Amino acid sequence: MTPFTTLTSVAAPLPEANVDTDIIFPARYLLLTQKAGLGPYAFRERRFDAQDQPRADFVLHQPRWQGAQILVAGANFGCGSSREQAPWALADLGLRCLIAPSFGEIFEANCLNNGLLPISLPAAEHARVMAVAQAGGVLTVSLVDQTLSLPDGGVLALRIGARQRQALLQGWDEIDRICHEQADAIAAFESRQRLTQPWLYANELSSGG
Amino acid sequence: MNDGLGAAIGPVRRMPPAATLYDKLWQAHVVSEADDGSSLLYIDRQMLHEVTSPQGFEGLRRRGLPVRRPAAQLAVADHAVPTRWTGAPAEAAIAEPQARAQVALLARNTTQAGVRYIPLADRAHGIVHVIGPEQGFTLPGITLVCGDSHTATHGAFGALAFGIGASEVECVLATQTLRQRRARNLAVEVSGQLPPGVAAKDLALAVVGLLGAGGAAGHALEFTGPAIDRLGMAGRMTVCNMGIEAGARVALIAPDDITFAWLQDRPLAPRGRHWERALDHWRRLRTDAGAAVARRLYVDAGALAPQVTWGTSPDQVLAIDQRVPDPAQAATEAEAQKIRRALAYMGLQAGTALQDIAVDQVFIGSCTNSRIDDLRAAAAVLRGRRVAAGVRALVVPGSARVAHQAQAEGLVQVFTDAGCDWRSAGCSLCVAMNDDRLLPGQRCASTSNRNFEGRQGPGARTHLVSPATAAATALAGHLADPRDFSHRYGAP
Repeated sequence: MTPFTTLTSVAAPLPEANVDTDIIFPARYLLLTQKAGLGPYAFRERRFDAQDQPRADFVLHQPRWQGAQILVAGANFGCGSSREQAPWALADLGLRCLIAPSFGEIFEANCLNNGLLPISLPAAEHARVMAVAQAGGVLTVSLVDQTLSLPDGGVLALRIGARQRQALLQGWDEIDRICHEQADAIAAFESRQRLTQPWLYANELSSGG
Repeated sequence: MNDGLGAAIGPVRRMPPAATLYDKLWQAHVVSEADDGSSLLYIDRQMLHEVTSPQGFEGLRRRGLPVRRPAAQLAVADHAVPTRWTGAPAEAAIAEPQARAQVALLARNTTQAGVRYIPLADRAHGIVHVIGPEQGFTLPGITLVCGDSHTATHGAFGALAFGIGASEVECVLATQTLRQRRARNLAVEVSGQLPPGVAAKDLALAVVGLLGAGGAAGHALEFTGPAIDRLGMAGRMTVCNMGIEAGARVALIAPDDITFAWLQDRPLAPRGRHWERALDHWRRLRTDAGAAVARRLYVDAGALAPQVTWGTSPDQVLAIDQRVPDPAQAATEAEAQKIRRALAYMGLQAGTALQDIAVDQVFIGSCTNSRIDDLRAAAAVLRGRRVAAGVRALVVPGSARVAHQAQAEGLVQVFTDAGCDWRSAGCSLCVAMNDDRLLPGQRCASTSNRNFEGRQGPGARTHLVSPATAAATALAGHLADPRDFSHRYGAP
């Protein structure tokens, strides 16, 4: 995972609640089995018309927001389907940070597992940031200082779990971490559970697990 | 960590603090706790399908790691598979090259890893959330995950079940654990009894409407009360299935004698001595009197009417006798904008009576409503009648076992006599990534779970309903109240 430390970018506004992962990554592209190169399918119906021509009115197609690495979205962004293609496609578009009042929970976890920083803000702060985005302003996110800096000099605090922050800063991989730090604890749990709930292991060889 | 069941040693037995079902399931699966409040949670079972597992298997190969517990996984292809076959269903006979490759990859990945893969032609084949319970892979008291947001379906058995992303699928394959944060408890107490013609789906939609699309985020739902106690397992699965449409990854119903009777003798359920011991354990899986919960929602089942969604989010739902909302009457400008946007996509005028909305298609199926009870409810309305001219009605069973049962009961005959298109098991028209999809602008009454833009195909318009309402709509040619087609109604 690419470490996330600081980021300065214009922020593209998408002021709409409940933008679901079917909108972010339409289902018909789920037949692709790779993670890489999914950007062309992100927001497909919003970005392209029925003839596959780019829609000029889509926010990321407008000159002032082209190349934006930050998206400021509405509440419950990424609700719906668990498809991780949604964050993979957004990251492939060049986005590294999403700001919303709230996120779909599975989507939020998927973002964190891919170095795409989801920032939840209280309504009033979100409204301020949205106004900056709509005016074409530049935001600076520092995960090091846990701050979000606005062009008017305002600085907002970022709330993120200590473990998640550390993983993003270091670019750590969750599976590596569990394998290295938790192997004994997992084995001990299984030994205990095998005694108390043996029916959960009835279909396995006794040496399994 | 202890499992919460150990008694204190000494003359004084301390009562454990009152806990919810969710708290008990959580506590019993904590491997370790971190100082930031997260826990490493042990995952007892994982279901795999073709869409969200290939990247995980690829990741394991890159890491040089094996699947830690192959017997704790069960794989089946459902999302991409066709539901119309000229011969017997077979992986190699899938016409669409990408879908054929994706399903073949699942078969290859799982077989190489020693994970059981259920072939398309197998009697056990079907939609993940239908066959997990059918096979007895789903059990009370376990943690169960799947790379699919409707995994809370399995919570109907008192399992802590939730949807995850592909990276997390890989994590479970490699470690049988996930790092998670504990949710708050949200108790949904459903009093009374569902009236005739009103189904578990109507309750699920009404609850989503009350909570809002993101209203239960961060919460684990537990459904309780007389109306829930009376539901059969199919209805309970429908209710838990749609928790995610209110933002909740977890939805639970405490297991009871209905649950145990349903599970006994399923192929993978415990047997003999193990069954007796499991029953002892499962009977303790209940929320204690006086357990603290963060929020409560009260619903009177007896006051519910059949529900139908009018917009592009599952919480945009109304009773069938209502009218399409008017943005001019919205409380806030943000709300008005949401309504205007939904009406524009749905091609609807404010104030239109829902029952005046004509449909092109009807879909009865999906992990929400494709079980035998659902098909019985639809068939009860359709029996001896014909689908309206110009309407295409698709009936897709959730599994091969459901299909077989429907055949044996004569339901398939009822559907085909009515002019419905009877298919083989799969996700079908719930998600536009297989052969079944709508054309732009087409309108469908659907028993599935999402009315999102493009969910049933680019530009397609979806109205979520119960199986009985779907059947009534197929007959009428427009959204219709199943209570107007009164034959008889089975238990809701």
